[in-house]
Amino acid sequence: MLSTKRRSAGLLAATLSLALFAGACGDDGDTTATTPAATGSTASSSTGSVASTTTVAKVDVTGTLAASGATFPKAFYEVAIEAFKKAQPKAAITYAGGGSGKGRTDLQNQVVDFAGSDGLVKEADKALYKGGAFLYFPTVVAPITVSYNLDGVDKLNLSADTIAKIFQRQIKTWDDAAIVAENPDAKAKLAGPITVARRSDSSGTTENFTIFLNKAAGPAPGTGVWTLKSGSTVEWAADTQAGNGNAGVAQIVKDTKGAIGYVDYSDAKAVGLKYASVKNKAGKFVAPTLDGASAAAAGATIKDDLSYDPLWADGDAAYPIAAPTWILVYVNQTDKVKGETTKSFLRYILTDGQKVTTSVDYAPLPKVLVDKAIAQLELIKIPA
Amino acid sequence: MNENLNFHRRGELADSAFRYATVAAGGIVLITLGAIAITMTKRAWPAFDKMGLDFFTTSRWAPNDNVFGAKAFIFGTLMAAAIALVIAVPVSIGIALFTTQVAPTKWRRPIVYLVDLLAVVPSVVFGLWGVLVFAPSATGFYNTLHDVLGPIPGLGNLFGEASSGRNIFTAGLILSVMITPIISSLAREVIDTCPESDRDAAFALGATRWEMIRGSVLPHAKGGLVGAVMLGLGRAMGETIAVALVIGSSANISANLFSSGDALPAVIANQWGEAEGNYRAALIGLAVTLFAITILINVAANTIVSRSIVKTQGAR
Repeated sequence: MLSTKRRSAGLLAATLSLALFAGACGDDGDTTATTPAATGSTASSSTGSVASTTTVAKVDVTGTLAASGATFPKAFYEVAIEAFKKAQPKAAITYAGGGSGKGRTDLQNQVVDFAGSDGLVKEADKALYKGGAFLYFPTVVAPITVSYNLDGVDKLNLSADTIAKIFQRQIKTWDDAAIVAENPDAKAKLAGPITVARRSDSSGTTENFTIFLNKAAGPAPGTGVWTLKSGSTVEWAADTQAGNGNAGVAQIVKDTKGAIGYVDYSDAKAVGLKYASVKNKAGKFVAPTLDGASAAAAGATIKDDLSYDPLWADGDAAYPIAAPTWILVYVNQTDKVKGETTKSFLRYILTDGQKVTTSVDYAPLPKVLVDKAIAQLELIKIPA
Repeated sequence: MNENLNFHRRGELADSAFRYATVAAGGIVLITLGAIAITMTKRAWPAFDKMGLDFFTTSRWAPNDNVFGAKAFIFGTLMAAAIALVIAVPVSIGIALFTTQVAPTKWRRPIVYLVDLLAVVPSVVFGLWGVLVFAPSATGFYNTLHDVLGPIPGLGNLFGEASSGRNIFTAGLILSVMITPIISSLAREVIDTCPESDRDAAFALGATRWEMIRGSVLPHAKGGLVGAVMLGLGRAMGETIAVALVIGSSANISANLFSSGDALPAVIANQWGEAEGNYRAALIGLAVTLFAITILINVAANTIVSRSIVKTQGAR
């Protein structure tokens, strides 16, 4: 969990940046009431967004929004919602978590106003969305660590093939030739059986971790080592250890000598785990850092619908297991007040919200992606 | 006389109203059960339709491949519940007999109170205790058991090697603690209904305390005891969060009690959040399966009980 201190530091940063918020939300297409903002045009430019610097206005939004979905970005959304509320005291947003699948199902049935999702919607499922067409808004990106517990080994290099073999129980001891070959310096300390820790619950983290393995070590063009495919639940071997949530997996790794598991960055850091440097597409071993995750997002190809895949991305500095996450919103909003609030909140997340990401251990999106996402806000149709 | 008649008529009216009210109350249960069964089956239909009987007879559960076989989960559910019963039933009936027949009167209340207190502990507390405290320290104990019992043919298969404390046996053990207060408190009530005269008669014939219990109390309480055990079994099979935390979560069928497995309600709880479409239908299918198994077991138990009552007490 986040320490109170870090959380309040994040809040402070968020509050400070609120002054800048005014400029950022100025170019709302359907501005109804405009009040001059004190911060002026400098604020807009310093947010690093494409927000127009000519219209300086603050739109009061009053909607009450309900949302559910991915738990992976939940800590960030909570901080962002609190900060957003300071700027828009009349707006109320609750983000319930529950999992990406729940968020998508809730959005399909129109029981929430927006949904958080770590994965994209399958083409076949798009017809299920009762509200019609929807948009993806990328929000943050964060590394998934391969954390381990080995005395005396402070730096561990692993390639995707080796990780795949470890998690498929083809490599069962730390002194296996494949691991030693990647870590010649630590040879003396690499000993004992490997315990594999994975999720007991289905999860977007599992999905992204297995997408990485499937891309890097799966069927062609991969190396063919990874055979479990990708998904929120995969067919783990029976002699792997299941933990509930990132915290549960982190706990197993922490308590078990010789354990290895995939844990999201903030949980791994909070528990104080050691994490491996993973060989990226460019052949470099990169440690999981927020910069590495941002670099991965920058190295990914952005599609027209703003879906992008930072996993196994190009770039020397890119950490190869960087997980994306999106907010899904219907194009055609049915309620004016709610629609405006949604739009305003999204704009906040994409501008000032990006600045508080690191305080809760998420990486901000690269500028090119933020710019495209802000431009996409104009596609949201709000009834008059 | 006229007044008397009026009173009588009013009584008749109340009587029929009462009858309808009770019929309605009973009917609501049936209707609710039926409605649950129908809507759940309907929602699970895409998965049943796709998998056919394979849904129940295969054990490959691969949502990412659109393959759903629930056999391993059915196995895990029954196995964990069986372990729980094997441990909890003798203990619970022992507690019930002790508190009603053996313990000094002044001890009875505190003992009953303590056992009932177990029922108040939320299941998530049992689960967290299991996963954080019990499971990590149990691995060594399990492996000692394996070393001792492993070489014995037959038994050796059941007590294999334990790679972790999160397994079917741990789930069964924690379930046994959870169902003990349920079974023992019901068993106590049932045993208490044994008429004093029956017990005195046994003593008068020179029976020892055990002979009295065997000859008078147990035959009298048999039906009720099976009912108590069935309620415990229902609780054990339906328990979700405690099992989800400790059972190990893998679609695995093994005779080894110390290997990881999974149970129907635990799978639903663990995987619901990310499930969509067919996957979600398959999870609802697991719920339907659990529902059906519970009903089958209860019906079977009731049949057994009514037969045994006929045998020991004659037809009623």
